[in-house]
Amino acid sequence: MPVNPTPPALDPTPLLEVRNFSVSVQSRGTVLPLVENVSFTIGAQDIVGLVGESGSGKSVTAMALMGLIDSPGVSITGSARFKGQELVGLPDRQMRRLRGREIAMIFQDPMTAFTPVYTVGWQIDEQIRTHERLSRKQARARTVELLAEMGVPDPTRMADRYPHQLSGGLRQRAMIAMALSCNPSLLIADEPTTALDVTVQAQILDLIRGLRSRYGSSVLFITHDMGVVAETCDATLVLYSGRIAETGRTEALFAQPSHPYTAALLASIPPLDGVRPARLPAIAGAPPAPQDRPPGCAFGPRCAFVHAACQTNPPPPLINTGLHHQAACLLPAEGHALPQHQPVASPLS
Amino acid sequence: MIVPLLRRLGQTAFVLFGISALVFLVFFATPGADPTARIAGRNASPQTMEKVRKEYGFDRPLPVQYATMMKKLFITQDLASYVDRGELVVPEIIRAAPVTVSLVGGAALIWIALSITMGTIAAALKGTWIDRSLMMIGLVGISIPVFWLGQVTNLITQSRYHDTWLFSWVPGLGYVPLTENPWGWFKALIIPWAVLAVMFIGIYSRVLRADLVALAGEDFMRTARAKGLSPTRVLLRHGLRTSMITFVSLFGLDFAQLVGGGALLTEVVFGLPGVGRLTYQALTNLDLPLIMATVMYSAVFVVLANAVVDILYLFLDPRVRDAR
Amino acid sequence: MTAKPLSVGPWQQAWRALLRNPSALVALAVLAFMVLASLLAPVYAHHIAKVDPFTSNVAGSILVNGQAVDIMQPNDNPLHLGLSPIGPTGHAAYLLGADSQGRDVAARLLYGGRNSLLISASAAVICLVLAAIAGIAAGFFGGLVDSILSRMMDIMWAVPVYLFAISLSIVTVSQGLHIGPFVIEADNLLIPIVIIALVYVPYAARPIRGRVLALRQAEFVTASRCLGVPQWRIVLYDILPNVMTTLVVMGPLLMALALLAESALSFLSIGVQAPAASWGTIIQDGEGLIYTRPMVAIAPGLAIVIVVLALNILGDGLRDALDVRDAARRSS
Repeated sequence: MPVNPTPPALDPTPLLEVRNFSVSVQSRGTVLPLVENVSFTIGAQDIVGLVGESGSGKSVTAMALMGLIDSPGVSITGSARFKGQELVGLPDRQMRRLRGREIAMIFQDPMTAFTPVYTVGWQIDEQIRTHERLSRKQARARTVELLAEMGVPDPTRMADRYPHQLSGGLRQRAMIAMALSCNPSLLIADEPTTALDVTVQAQILDLIRGLRSRYGSSVLFITHDMGVVAETCDATLVLYSGRIAETGRTEALFAQPSHPYTAALLASIPPLDGVRPARLPAIAGAPPAPQDRPPGCAFGPRCAFVHAACQTNPPPPLINTGLHHQAACLLPAEGHALPQHQPVASPLS
Repeated sequence: MIVPLLRRLGQTAFVLFGISALVFLVFFATPGADPTARIAGRNASPQTMEKVRKEYGFDRPLPVQYATMMKKLFITQDLASYVDRGELVVPEIIRAAPVTVSLVGGAALIWIALSITMGTIAAALKGTWIDRSLMMIGLVGISIPVFWLGQVTNLITQSRYHDTWLFSWVPGLGYVPLTENPWGWFKALIIPWAVLAVMFIGIYSRVLRADLVALAGEDFMRTARAKGLSPTRVLLRHGLRTSMITFVSLFGLDFAQLVGGGALLTEVVFGLPGVGRLTYQALTNLDLPLIMATVMYSAVFVVLANAVVDILYLFLDPRVRDAR
Repeated sequence: MTAKPLSVGPWQQAWRALLRNPSALVALAVLAFMVLASLLAPVYAHHIAKVDPFTSNVAGSILVNGQAVDIMQPNDNPLHLGLSPIGPTGHAAYLLGADSQGRDVAARLLYGGRNSLLISASAAVICLVLAAIAGIAAGFFGGLVDSILSRMMDIMWAVPVYLFAISLSIVTVSQGLHIGPFVIEADNLLIPIVIIALVYVPYAARPIRGRVLALRQAEFVTASRCLGVPQWRIVLYDILPNVMTTLVVMGPLLMALALLAESALSFLSIGVQAPAASWGTIIQDGEGLIYTRPMVAIAPGLAIVIVVLALNILGDGLRDALDVRDAARRSS
């Protein structure tokens, strides 16, 4: 049941506006920042990619936006306005009304994301009936319709299957059907293709790309795969160690990365044509854990262009490097734009 | 569905055979004195000894003895007690069974209800003082010997505070058949039920809490919350329902063991003439045929009950239904 | 994950975690106190209470506030029919009163503690050794060994623990055990120890087998195999140290179960045999006196509850400190 999509230009307030969003956890007397000062905007029908290595804080950001982090000692600050409504500090009761109805989420591993003891259909019905006053029958009718739209064959019978009886691709389709069951305006997809076979990945990506025209949904797409971002997202946000490294429209960011980290990530994708390198450049080292972030730029120790100014606090701020394009790096301000397709971090340094 | 069932049946048959052999060996092949003397009882006359030896075939090889014993136990059911002047053992057990079932059944209802409540509340309030105190209460429950708890309860309800309004309704020790007087049955059993349930409330509430807390980190619990369900619904419909798989398999084992004679100590302390007390009486006058019969019957019961639990499992956990 | 044998690191770390856990520390202190008190039983009996806790003393009398008081006293009923042992005196002699044979309950409590603690601790250790052998053999060698051992465990598992223990006890308690030239008398403590150890083997072996099965798939074990390390070395240096945590956590929990089982068997008069005492036999002695002299049964029961509770708390503390999830947890 696609809704008639409203053109983005007519919408004065963006769907989701996140400003200086931070998540920190208190542990043994010290405060560890997991996510620091993240700001971004998602417009209607936008697909925004959130990219980073594991531990960069991308999933934490998504979970915090959904209000799903309730461990003691975690504090969430900043602002996240969804359709003008502030999400940070919203009481759980009101948050619950948004969850699943306005903002829905799909997860990485569809095998473990469904409760094993109920049928897939039961679980989709449950979400529909939580948010809308529908009879069991009506809810099931909608479930079957949704499953069919997501390309699940024989949806009536599939709805009566248990999660373990479906293949990975079908489970993820059912997961997306469940997420879309209440027509959410925002879908947060947390690595939705990582656990799937490559061929199934492509199908699921197609499905997600089609959501904005069919359902008018915006998507926050979390992934570690730059290739997936290039194929899917309108705008891209590169996260490194809990901070934004670079953000911009996807084409611009891919054409001219302004942060050495982004450049390094892009260089690690094998080229589609031309000479294949004997060995893909890898970024030496590993991202720092929250408690061992170095002063200044967190990427400093792994960066090929690091110099003294990078290693002093506060970390470099986001600087405009183009239209809607910002990077948290000193190089552009110092007048050294990154050379295009430069060799990244020498392997032995 | 047929193949796993058949396999389960085969296993059951094997375990049944193994158990009967084990019990037989424990009673008749333990190195020590002549089994004839054990069966015949203390100070038996030479004639009795000779009769016992012939009847049980103790002058013949072990497999024959085993077969004789099984025949007397399950087929002809004419195993007789020598200590108790030829009382037939099997009917005695059958007469005692309703008492044990009444005791264990009531206790099971109490412990299921209370342990689910305690475990769920503790898991929901994880880390608070309520959680900690509930779990400490559970631990204390596990640590009390049931026969001693029974004695202390008797001391309070039968003697020290029997004349107060609180316990004046408590009848004397003993059993009242359900068919004769349902209210009397209930009054006679309510305190034994509670006493027997204490340890299991402790075990089950702690197991359930640990299970629920472990489940809270599962992806599907996160999904359930992301769907916008209330915390209560997430905990009960998704968490508790999934935990029930462990819970039921545990319950099946314990229930069967109790009905099979594990409630012996409770029956002894409260003077309930069930299978357990039968075993106890046999114990006090060394009535070996009777003990062996109760142990054998209880083991058989436990094995069959386990098979039933496994089949129940098929209905509780859809994953098991298809696997294998 | 470490494949080094007993490297100090993880154990020291666990020890520190245990020291940060106040309830585990209290439990440890309580256990130490109980063990010490039981060890000092002869000192208490001979030098403080000055009583003989093993012989019947129904005709004797003791000095209370300088006056001689009969140990067996006429009942409170109007006709003074029958005799009851003296109740708690509040003095060194017969602090907790006498049992039906006129013996000092307090002194017997300490001597009983010796037996109860000795039996439960030894049973737990023997049980762990047997379970470790069975569990490691079944888990590591798999195949036929595993099938045979697992089926044996299944069979033992099906007999209710207490019934199994009772069956074994009843056949040994009357005449003792004659194995070839060796004769173990019926009142030998080895009998209850071995019986209790045996009946809990399936409960302890199952989690160990599970742990070994998981370890067998672990990369460091695969690595050792690929390097051609002999099997006994893998078991000794790769498997055993990693199973050790499970064993250590199970130790106190098993001892708690063993103590409860011992008291139950002794309560049924098929555990520790008179005139020796254990907490279970004292409760049995107190059964007939429960309405008149309840202290005889209450005191040993409380002792059991305290020790078992302390063991359970210690087990929980060890489990948290060593981060073991699959240790034995049940009883019945």
